[in-house]
Amino acid sequence: MNYKAFLIKYAEIGIKGKNRYVFEDALCDRVAEKLAKVADGFTVEREQGRLKVNCPDVYDYDEAVDQMKKVFGVWEICPAYVIEDASWDNLTVKTGDYFEERYGNKPYTFKVEARRSDKSYPIQSPQICSDMGGYLLDRFSELKVDVHNPEILLYVEIRNMAYVYSESIKGLGGMPVGANGHAMLLLSGGIDSPVAGYMVSKRGVTIDAVYFHAPPYTSERAKQKVVDLAKLISVYTGPIKLHVVNFTDIQLAIIDKCPRDELTIIMRRYMMRIAEHFAYANHCQALITGESIGQVASQTPQSLIATNAVCTLPVYRPVIAFDKQDIVDIAEKINTYETSIQPYEDCCTIFVAKHPVTKPYLHIIERSEKKLTGTIEELVEKAINEVEIIEVTED
Amino acid sequence: MEAYLDNAATTRVSEKAAEIAEKVMKEDYGNPSSKHIKGFDAEQYIKNSAKIIADTLKVQPKEIIFTSGGTESNNMALSGAAFSKIRSGKKIISTSFEHASVYSPLLALKDFEFDIEFAPVDALGHVKIDELLNMIDDNTTLVSVMYVNNEVGAVQDIAAISKAVKEKKPDIIFHVDAIQAYGKYRINPKKEGIDLLSVSGHKIHAPKGSGFLYADEKVMLRPLIFGGGQQKNRRSGTENVPAIAGLGEAVREAYEDFDQKIRHIYGLKEHFLERIGEVPGTHVNAVPGLNNINEADGKLSYDVRKTAPHIVSISFDKIKAEVLLHALEERGVYVSSGSACSSNHPGLSSTLQAIGVKRELLDSTLRFSFSRYTTMEEIDYCIDMLKELVPIYSRFTRK
Repeated sequence: MNYKAFLIKYAEIGIKGKNRYVFEDALCDRVAEKLAKVADGFTVEREQGRLKVNCPDVYDYDEAVDQMKKVFGVWEICPAYVIEDASWDNLTVKTGDYFEERYGNKPYTFKVEARRSDKSYPIQSPQICSDMGGYLLDRFSELKVDVHNPEILLYVEIRNMAYVYSESIKGLGGMPVGANGHAMLLLSGGIDSPVAGYMVSKRGVTIDAVYFHAPPYTSERAKQKVVDLAKLISVYTGPIKLHVVNFTDIQLAIIDKCPRDELTIIMRRYMMRIAEHFAYANHCQALITGESIGQVASQTPQSLIATNAVCTLPVYRPVIAFDKQDIVDIAEKINTYETSIQPYEDCCTIFVAKHPVTKPYLHIIERSEKKLTGTIEELVEKAINEVEIIEVTED
Repeated sequence: MEAYLDNAATTRVSEKAAEIAEKVMKEDYGNPSSKHIKGFDAEQYIKNSAKIIADTLKVQPKEIIFTSGGTESNNMALSGAAFSKIRSGKKIISTSFEHASVYSPLLALKDFEFDIEFAPVDALGHVKIDELLNMIDDNTTLVSVMYVNNEVGAVQDIAAISKAVKEKKPDIIFHVDAIQAYGKYRINPKKEGIDLLSVSGHKIHAPKGSGFLYADEKVMLRPLIFGGGQQKNRRSGTENVPAIAGLGEAVREAYEDFDQKIRHIYGLKEHFLERIGEVPGTHVNAVPGLNNINEADGKLSYDVRKTAPHIVSISFDKIKAEVLLHALEERGVYVSSGSACSSNHPGLSSTLQAIGVKRELLDSTLRFSFSRYTTMEEIDYCIDMLKELVPIYSRFTRK
């Protein structure tokens, strides 16, 4: 069937108050951007608690649905049959035609739900339901009504035209990107951080990212892997400004001056500081990490105190209480897993001590860090000044 | 400055080889099986390349089968010979020193209940011939030995091994993986008792996707690829004429002024080995007599000529190969850790283990490999960079 329109239902943004238009406009834009990849001629408009997508004459239905399923904020996608002349006689016949093409005359149970946005329409909603039901029962001998648990729930919505639909495709939910501020993701090549970015973005947050590169300890391929990961999540989050920071000299200074078992903690404190610098520079309201309690030595509650202490912005850690497998499940769903497991070393693992501290005391870490005073400032400044910025967009 | 010292991984295609390949693609693009003049013209390139190659080996052109490269040649030789001789026996012997393109097809043959054994090598990378001979039994149909090892440049005495093998069992098919040897050595299969010889084009300045298998006319091979019956049914599929033309040209160049070219590459290697001592904490792998100091002039003396001209393997104390590799890369020096073909699979080199490189150095070994295009200046530049970088990066290690 060639659907001429989709009705898109959204969940939470329906309950926002006066700033509701911000959310709706963002959702309109995100849906329109995705559909522009499918074909020219889609238009998206707001219409009383729904978005209405008008389709061009020729487009790939599966591809269009697929694209809309990648937009945060979309609750349900309903492919709709459009009946331009909504006068009652035409409406019943055309609805019957839709039903016939979609389901045929088979022993289904059904129910009609009607909604009359156009209050000047002469028939009220309950009447539409029962009359349309009667018409369909007359036309399809095998059909039966079941108002409690129907197999087919047929919606008839009357606006300026009539829309008939009986199928709802689940969207991702969440809120449209652009509706809820801006955050800076610390993106490594691992499994967790892309998932963390995806999850926060799902709440409508625009995402940029920082990656710490340590040549020659990490290779060009390790960096490419991170660019690839950013590209994969940008399918959902939209374009990502990826900051590639050369971290080698900072890392070597820490190795030189600080106890080896505290290396990872101190490194992560500097990563947070640098990430926060770029967060402020990009007017972000938060940092995002893929930390999960106890997953590695630097992610114990005590270690998190130590890394958190250098930040003034809130740090969002959406997978903090997730089991690894739960994170992997999301990574597989969003298609980052296979890229994440490519075996290129990242800068966190190359010098890691055999027995890193797992319960660091903040004051001891701070004392160790003092040994860097006088050398580290310049190195941090250099790393920040020489950042490479890659604008990552979905292909 | 740039120094491409990864010529055992692949080489730059020579001007003339690229030129002729381009000409075939743009002008003489006919299908060599077509009956019209375009087809005839294309076929001439194949015949011409086969003739050039056959002349270098002193064999007949019809004994050359063009392939997509070394890996296919090795697969074709091993699977082809194993299956064609299946009624005589199912035992195959190779060495513990082979490239994955020999090792893996042999392991795959185990699925068909072939019995595969690997003869050990000594610290210089030479096959222990006695042990190899002991493995030969009535069931043995095929022996495969690598000519030049791709990771350390060790060279086998192929003629001696083949002679010993055939004295023990004359009907054995003797295969040689010559992917790192062809173009560096004059190989005479008929004299050296080689029945099958695998060669790759892109190691000798020909395009990627080119290569051949020499198969003695008496050896029957079951094809890997079936189809339109090209190359006398031995390898179906429209011939890759541009690559084959490029390969022929590259071979012609390689064996033109051959001695002079090889002398140049040996000169590079000798110079490299003379200077590598300036870099602290280095160990040269698989070069005979390396530690003998010549009393007359105090210089190291060793028999470089017993190793391949273009490959040097160096282990570095307290430094991870990949880190040094990337540090060199930042200076425009390109080398390999392990062999490039297998570098994507982390894991320690079985070749280095086979020649007894110390465990802590297995992951600290780089291969430097040269070509006739490599210059002395590049060698000096590489050594200078190593002198600068090794002390920096050996300071920071894992704990």
